[in-house]
Amino acid sequence: MLANNAPLPVLTPETEAFWTGGCEGKLMIMRCAQCMRRHHPPSPVCPHCYSERVAPEAVSGRAKIASFTVNHQKWLPDMKVPFVIAIVELDEQPDIRITTNIVNAPPETIHIGQSVQVLFEQHEDVWLPLFQPEKGA
Amino acid sequence: MTFGEKQVAITGIGQSEIARPSSRSALLLTIDAILAAIEDAGLTPADIDGLTTWPGRMDSDPGFGPVGTTDIKEALGLKLNYFAGGKEAPAQFGAAINAIGAIAAGLARHVVVFRTVYEATTRKQTGAGTAFGTARVPDARFQWQLPMGAMSASNWTALYAQRHFHDYGTTREQMAQIPLNCRRNAALNPKAIYRTPLTLDDYMGARMISTPLCLYDCDVPVDGATAIIFSRADAAGDLRHAPIRLEAVGSALHGRDSWDQRADLTSMAAFDAAKMMWSRTDMKPSDIDTAQLYDGFTILTMLWLEALGFCGKGESGAFIEEGTRIALAGELPLNTSGGQLSEGRVHGYGYLHEACLQLRGTAGARQIAKPVNTAVVGTGGGPLASCMLLRND
Repeated sequence: MLANNAPLPVLTPETEAFWTGGCEGKLMIMRCAQCMRRHHPPSPVCPHCYSERVAPEAVSGRAKIASFTVNHQKWLPDMKVPFVIAIVELDEQPDIRITTNIVNAPPETIHIGQSVQVLFEQHEDVWLPLFQPEKGA
Repeated sequence: MTFGEKQVAITGIGQSEIARPSSRSALLLTIDAILAAIEDAGLTPADIDGLTTWPGRMDSDPGFGPVGTTDIKEALGLKLNYFAGGKEAPAQFGAAINAIGAIAAGLARHVVVFRTVYEATTRKQTGAGTAFGTARVPDARFQWQLPMGAMSASNWTALYAQRHFHDYGTTREQMAQIPLNCRRNAALNPKAIYRTPLTLDDYMGARMISTPLCLYDCDVPVDGATAIIFSRADAAGDLRHAPIRLEAVGSALHGRDSWDQRADLTSMAAFDAAKMMWSRTDMKPSDIDTAQLYDGFTILTMLWLEALGFCGKGESGAFIEEGTRIALAGELPLNTSGGQLSEGRVHGYGYLHEACLQLRGTAGARQIAKPVNTAVVGTGGGPLASCMLLRND
C-alpha cells in the first residue's frame, strides 16, 4: 500500500461525502434526482439540468482504467516510488472519472481497459479511494 | 465583422537573462524585461498606460507567480488606465488577451504584458521537486490529483501521453523528436540553458519521471522574465520596428475545466482555443510559416500540433517522425529558440518573444531561412489553453 505522504484534501460540505464514504466502504458520487445523471467533482446544482435535488449516492466501485502512468519521481522526500497513478471511469457512468492509484498489482501488469474495484485507505479523516484489479482482470 | 485583435499590434519585446538560478531578484528580472521592451518599441515608461500579467502574484507559490502588476506599477511609477493579473484565464496568454481586449475597447493605448518565473531559485531553496507541500489542499482543482501522489503536471500529462500511445500507436521514438528538435535549435541560441547535443540514444536511456515521460520530456525550471508590448494598431506605425499584427486569437474553453474529466483524454482545451482562432481568420494551417507551441511536457506540443490542424487527430507522432518537418529547415519550424525543454521554462511568453524575433528576421543564427510572414503561438496544457496567429505584413 501507499505511504506517499501526499497532501490530503480540505473537506468541504460539497466534497466530504466523497472523501469520507470509505469509512463505510462506499464510493459516494453526486447524483441528480431530477434527471438521474451523476456528476463529479461534486456541485450543489446538477450541471446537466440545474436541479438542486442532488445528493451523494453509493456506486458499485467497479471501474475501468482510462489511462495510467507509473510515477518514478520522488515529489516529496518520503515518497515511495514507483507507484501507479490512473484515471478510472466508473462502470455506472463512464464520463465520471477519478484520478487514483492502482494498488495490489505489479505496475507492468496494468493496462488501459482493465477492470478495477475500489478499496479505501484511511489517512486522518480522509478515506482515499484507490483501486485494484478485479479478480481475473 | 472586424474582430478586436485586428486593431492591435505588437510593438516591443524584451526579455531578462534566463538563468538557473539568477543572482537578480524576480522583481529586477521583470524590470529588466519591461524596460528592454519599452526601449525596443521606441517608447518611454510615460507612454505605458496598461499592464497585465498571468498568473499574477501568488504568495503561495513564489516560484510560479513571483511578481504582480502592483509590484511593477509601484516600481516604475506607471500611470495606468488598465491593469489586470490573475490565474483564472485561458493559460499564459490570458494576460495578452486581456491586453488586446482593453486596447480594442479603447481603455488603453500601449499595454505591457509580462510573465516572470523564479522556479530555479525557489526549487533550490526548498529542495523539492514540486511546488506543492504536504499541507492540506484547499484548491478546488488540485485536490483531485495531489492526494494520489500526482503532484506534478508531468503526472497529469503522462496520463494523456499513455492514452495517446494506446489509441494511436504513438511511440517514445516519435515523441523524442520534440526534445531533440528543441536541443538542436537551442545550440544556436546563446541564451538557452541546455545547448549540448542530445541524441536519440540519450533520450531512450534517460530515467523515467512518469511513464511514458522521461527526464527530457519535462521542461527546465529557470529564473527569467519576458515582456511584450501590445499597442493600438493606429499608434504602432511610427515606432522603432515594423508592427507585428494580430490576425486572430483563441481563448475558448468549451470542455471541462479539469485535468481528468475532459470527454476525450487526448484532446485538451487547446482544441477549443485553436478552433476559435481559425474561426476568426480566413487563413489556414498551410499558411503558417512557423509554430511556437507549448512544450512544458512533450505530449502537449504534439496535442497542440493536432489541435491546430497541422496534422490529423492522433497523427502527431507520424507528423514529427524523423524530425525533418519541424526542423529549422523544414516545412513547419517548431520551437526555434529551443523551447522550454532546452531554452528554459520562461513559461509561455518565450514562444511569443521568439515568434516576434522570427517575424522581424532578427533571430540570429537560428533565423529560419525561408521568409517568415506568419506564426502561430500556443500555450498551456490540460484545461488551460490560448493561442494567437501573428503576421508581419
